[in-house]
Amino acid sequence: MAAAKKPVRWHIAVFLAPAVLIYTSVMILPLFGTLQLSLFGRGESGLIFVGFDNFRTLLFDPRWSASFWNALWNNTWFFIIHMAVQNPIGILLAALLSNPRLRLRGFYRTAIFVPTILSFVIVGFAWKLILSPLWGVAPSLLDMVGLRSLFEPWLGKEEYALTTLGLISVWQFIGIPMMLIYAALLSIPEELLEAAECDGITGMSQFWKIKLPLILPSIGIISVLTFVGNFNAFDLIYATQGAMAGPNFSTDILGTFLYRTFFGFQLQIGDPNMGATIASMMFLIILVGVCIYLFMIQTRLRRYQF
Amino acid sequence: MKRAHLSILLMASTVLGMSGAAQAQDVTLTIESWRNDDLAIWQEKLIPAFEAQHPGINVEFSPSAPTEYNAALNAKLEAGSAGDLITCRPFDASLELYKKGQLADLSDLEGMRNFSDVAKSAWQTDDGSATFCVPMASVIHGFIYNKDAFEELGIEPPATEEEFFAVLDKIKEDGTYIPMAMGTKDLWEAATMGYQNIGPNYWKGEEGRLALIKGEQKLTDEPWVAPFETLARWRDYLGDGFEAQSYPDSQNLFTLGRAAIYPAGSWEISVFNEQADFEMGAFPPPVQAEGDTCYISDHTDIAMGMNADTEHPEEARTFLNWVASDEFATIYANALPGFFSLSSTPVEMEDPLAREFVSWREKCEPTIRSTYQILSRGTPNLENETWVAAANVINGTETPEEAAKRLQEGLASWYEPQQ
Repeated sequence: MAAAKKPVRWHIAVFLAPAVLIYTSVMILPLFGTLQLSLFGRGESGLIFVGFDNFRTLLFDPRWSASFWNALWNNTWFFIIHMAVQNPIGILLAALLSNPRLRLRGFYRTAIFVPTILSFVIVGFAWKLILSPLWGVAPSLLDMVGLRSLFEPWLGKEEYALTTLGLISVWQFIGIPMMLIYAALLSIPEELLEAAECDGITGMSQFWKIKLPLILPSIGIISVLTFVGNFNAFDLIYATQGAMAGPNFSTDILGTFLYRTFFGFQLQIGDPNMGATIASMMFLIILVGVCIYLFMIQTRLRRYQF
Repeated sequence: MKRAHLSILLMASTVLGMSGAAQAQDVTLTIESWRNDDLAIWQEKLIPAFEAQHPGINVEFSPSAPTEYNAALNAKLEAGSAGDLITCRPFDASLELYKKGQLADLSDLEGMRNFSDVAKSAWQTDDGSATFCVPMASVIHGFIYNKDAFEELGIEPPATEEEFFAVLDKIKEDGTYIPMAMGTKDLWEAATMGYQNIGPNYWKGEEGRLALIKGEQKLTDEPWVAPFETLARWRDYLGDGFEAQSYPDSQNLFTLGRAAIYPAGSWEISVFNEQADFEMGAFPPPVQAEGDTCYISDHTDIAMGMNADTEHPEEARTFLNWVASDEFATIYANALPGFFSLSSTPVEMEDPLAREFVSWREKCEPTIRSTYQILSRGTPNLENETWVAAANVINGTETPEEAAKRLQEGLASWYEPQQ
């Protein structure tokens, strides 16, 4: 019995080729180009190979490392704000929206999602105006409720600026976790909820005991998306605080630090090699973060099969 | 008979030959520049004036966008397609081009005699032995004030620091106006219009600036810390929430008539002339005691050099000599009030505010911003660090001494004469 020869499925390769080629040329090659650039330095006669010397400078030269750790910590704080504010509120909004008794659901859903599709530049500019101590509406709104004394020039104070920007970013992106969780909540089968009701689990406890465990994988995905997004962030800070990420570098994140170093700023002449080193560090940090998630968390999350 | 024919023939051929030579001389020079705002001024005023005097040389102004200029120029120079004349940024960017042999040495250009050493310093090698661009314009720092407000409150522009703070106190007491329009949000305002504006009076202009470069003075020395101390006193006279006030905010505060004094650079003049509907005056940075020599920051900003590979070096030099002339200076300074000619012969200007600014050159010693030459080559970058330090000092998050110490440590970490 001659084995039926499986036909070679050429069409798969053919249809994937354009995407693979384009992705390779605009993403993968530049990534390796960046990694390569970080191993070189400028010597007397052009580029010379310096191995990991740039990384040593970045991490151990007191001047560079102070900026690096400052930026990394700011990134982390930015991420913490998102995890602590954006995701819980996103889940809450999704839970409210999925309540069948709520009216005007479509309107709320759209209204909350709209900022997500706005450009960073518009968001940054709008909030800069809103919070401006001179022309902004924030001081007068606070004045109307008698809380004018609580107003501070938030974007100009070291202790508040980064948190303020984090909250602006949360305002902008809250639509994403909301939509993802909303979709996950809708996909929970009715029978399961009915069974829970038969067992006397209703209201809040139904949410905590039945729904939440079922949407955990979605929350996991959202967390990792937030992580990647936050550690790659740049636009909002650049649009509101400029490349110097003031006041006193308190809003400096890896993205702005990379920008200043790579392209130079004002009198500072760009240093492509140190810039590439910072970019490589960002890549490594994100890679490690995503790996931790994939191997330690994702594998432990059980998929519920219905 | 035959001879006459011959001589006519000879004469005719000579004339023809000469006209041929004249045609060959008809060359076109191209100018590379980042000032696309100035396109009309070049095409309507400057180039026609030059071409009228120099038949046979045509000039073309071909600017690119300011942010792309450095990159575009470098690429063109490498590829050999750059124009004959190159507009020069001050200091390191141009110096780099000269070192690569892309800008010609112009030290022996006749017109260079019209410029002082300070004027040329932005386009010279570190030792000052070679100059490679003809200085075109500088910007001067000082304070612009609302004349109506001053009259209303019965105050005079201050000359000394004591008077300056007395004036500020008076405006504050009255309460109609914010004494001074400045914010620290954009950082550079604090450093450029603050520190570099009042600083030269403390470090005695060029004397201190050069001593710093030579390593004879440190940023922790009294003349360099004192301006920070004065800046810290400004805090009480700035508007509410100045920490989040950006540069355009400050401009608006002043032109809307809400603030009385604006720490300025002369480049504001043309914008303010359009926007403000009150009369403006200007006064130089106040000195410490009456009768002290005053120093002003007369910062070199723009110049023109010659592409070393140009095919028409003679014509390019002719043009550059004209750029160095009084005629060019007059046209340029009047078309762009606030960008002052660097020529040693004073230029007659029509704008009263611009005239006020430039009049300080007669009684005060000029200098340039302390951080621009040599000192901002390394990491950390002294100019950028000064922005942060000046803003911190005004915000009160760092004391003047701490700021100076941090700047000095940063500079010493890479600059040998300071170690």
